[in-house]
Amino acid sequence: MKFEYKIEGGDFTHAGYASSQVKKVLKQLNVDPKLIKRVVVCLYEAEVNVVAHACSGTIYIDISTERIKMKLEDKGLGIPDIDLAMKKGYSTASSAVREMGFGAGMGLPNIKNNADEFNLSSVVDQGTVLEIVVYFK
Amino acid sequence: MAMTLKEVADILDAKVLCGEDHLDYEIDFAFSSDLMSDVLTTQTDRMLLITGLANVQAIRTAEMSDIHCIVFVRNKEVTQPMIDLARENSMVLLQCKNSMFKASGLLYEKGLKPIF
Repeated sequence: MKFEYKIEGGDFTHAGYASSQVKKVLKQLNVDPKLIKRVVVCLYEAEVNVVAHACSGTIYIDISTERIKMKLEDKGLGIPDIDLAMKKGYSTASSAVREMGFGAGMGLPNIKNNADEFNLSSVVDQGTVLEIVVYFK
Repeated sequence: MAMTLKEVADILDAKVLCGEDHLDYEIDFAFSSDLMSDVLTTQTDRMLLITGLANVQAIRTAEMSDIHCIVFVRNKEVTQPMIDLARENSMVLLQCKNSMFKASGLLYEKGLKPIF
């Protein structure tokens, strides 16, 4: 089962739409609610990251019986230092993002905590690719 | 001690903005925060969110965290799109005059538990 969603940078009104849709699909598939929560927390934080930091992006969802793969590709400034970005509390978020209740440098570490596989790569001034896998068993 | 959302509304003298049909839902815990990333790290069921952050992302965060009730403190304005999204997710939204500190204190005194 594959799905694709577009994300616009700065569009906080629709941030979370894809996560909400994925949650509904996983519920219909009778996935354990604890696992659904892990999946949607990862995806929602990642979606907010794209809205907060990039110009635009695409989410690719691939669900099989064993796992869900989520890939977020964005076009934007990229991340110059991934180790630093992964550090709890480090953030480059704008005040607008903070007003939305995010931007405290907790998103990426929280995604990593909830993911079984986590892969982050970035090219400065081009964009970032985040791949997350959560296994159902 | 388990508490119904109706009891929460009474203790805080809160206005029920939506979810009138779910006021018999019981909770044991409460978490007060304006930082949604912090809320997204919680792993607790049957938990109430107390916040002063009134925007659509507060509702989305509750949706992702399986939180069924949000109390907005200091009479923060809750918009129609927030209420629509909450209804879609069978959520209860409460609005009270108290500060976050007072709302938390009143509910703690009546037996709601902290998660940390």
